Amino acid sequence: MGVGDPFGMAIAHGITSGMGGIRTAGDLVARMQMTRGMKIREAKEYVAKKLGVSVMDISDPVVMAEVREELDIGMVNAVPRVTKGMDAKFRIAEILGIEINCVNRFKRKIGLLA
Amino acid sequence: MEKFVTRMGDGFRVEMTEADIRRDIEEGTQDASKRAKIPPLTEDEIKYLVELFESPENEIGVKKGNEVVLSYDSGTTKFKRANVSVSKIQSLQIYERMCGSDTLELAHIDYSFKAVKPIVVFEQPILEQALLMTIPPLFYGAMPNLGLYSQPDGPCPNPADLLPQGKIAEARASYEQAIEHAIKDMVYVGSEMYESGADGINFDTAAAAGDAEFLATLKAIEILRKKYPQMCIMMGMAGEFILGMHGEVYYQGVRLAGLYPHKQLELAEKAGVTIFGPTTNIVTNRSLPWNIARAVTFAKACADQAHIPCHACMGMGVGGVPLTLSPPIDALSRASKAMVEIGRMDGL
Repeated sequence: MGVGDPFGMAIAHGITSGMGGIRTAGDLVARMQMTRGMKIREAKEYVAKKLGVSVMDISDPVVMAEVREELDIGMVNAVPRVTKGMDAKFRIAEILGIEINCVNRFKRKIGLLA
Repeated sequence: MEKFVTRMGDGFRVEMTEADIRRDIEEGTQDASKRAKIPPLTEDEIKYLVELFESPENEIGVKKGNEVVLSYDSGTTKFKRANVSVSKIQSLQIYERMCGSDTLELAHIDYSFKAVKPIVVFEQPILEQALLMTIPPLFYGAMPNLGLYSQPDGPCPNPADLLPQGKIAEARASYEQAIEHAIKDMVYVGSEMYESGADGINFDTAAAAGDAEFLATLKAIEILRKKYPQMCIMMGMAGEFILGMHGEVYYQGVRLAGLYPHKQLELAEKAGVTIFGPTTNIVTNRSLPWNIARAVTFAKACADQAHIPCHACMGMGVGGVPLTLSPPIDALSRASKAMVEIGRMDGL
């Protein structure tokens, strides 16, 4: 999407067509498009299978809040002891079986990766 | 006869009958079909769009399960433009935590690779810090913006000055010189931001300055793809038609001037693009039924042949969204829904 005031553009598109980001599994589906070049249906099916839920579930904020908390991959609400940034992405890379650029760079910084 | 409220391409309200809406949808899809030599919408798809515009609701949405991934161009500058006093990292957190964004994008206020080059060392620490505290994939984005390489802003003689003087060869030579400068800047900035951890690089509004800019972008992407095989590269186009400002530039044997979205996509795939953004410009003095039908016809032709995900450009003045800085929700939501469900996009 592009130019326009945030309410009329980002928020309106989000409500009309968006997956919902970390409210649901939108960030995870995006990662499959970005790392494997998957089209939307394949990306959703891949994520649903990895999370052990249905394709409908991954766009559902109620189901996904529980799934994200249980898997500890970050939630939209501030919940104590739940991952919130890089730590969440470490777990996302492992669960989805993908490489995440910044995670690998972080690992190299702390000597976990050559 | 019942009338339905919709809008013109500039966003102003207009009342249309069902016959008016159907006629404009048919004319819009035929316009795209004839220009790009692609199939027009089917009767079922036309009927879907007619019902979309007859719906009395203000905000509408895609059917449950049809949601797609959203990506953003010039992400962090949107809050600055709205005069909200937040930092870039705070902007990203607002997208992540308050806008439900599937992806994030960090950007410099002067959204061009050339402008970013001298300040890239200031952008990298912001990106690196943002990556520590956000979860969705984070792009770094900028525009190829070949116009910045012409005098007085850049080093090359200005083709816009040369062309009216009939100096065609000199203008073409200037474009060719600018291409080389632009490639260096795009590869440099793209490499630096990827080395700092970006999940992807967004080449936004590609080919705004025509065929020479499209060539520069494709060549830069080709270099980055070889250098970083895992890098996500997104390329969003400036318009539905590549302007032949040079007229004689080719990529892998294909003349770039005059290419429509489904042909632009073919070259994007060859260059190594991960996500392609087809664009259709709005025509302000035609209705939204005409504009949206036209936009989804171009998009559908891309979706039908794409091997990579497609995220249609849906900002102000493109993709059936009216050319106004405050897009009306009734108009934007209709364009958004139609682009997903008829255009069959993987994202917006």
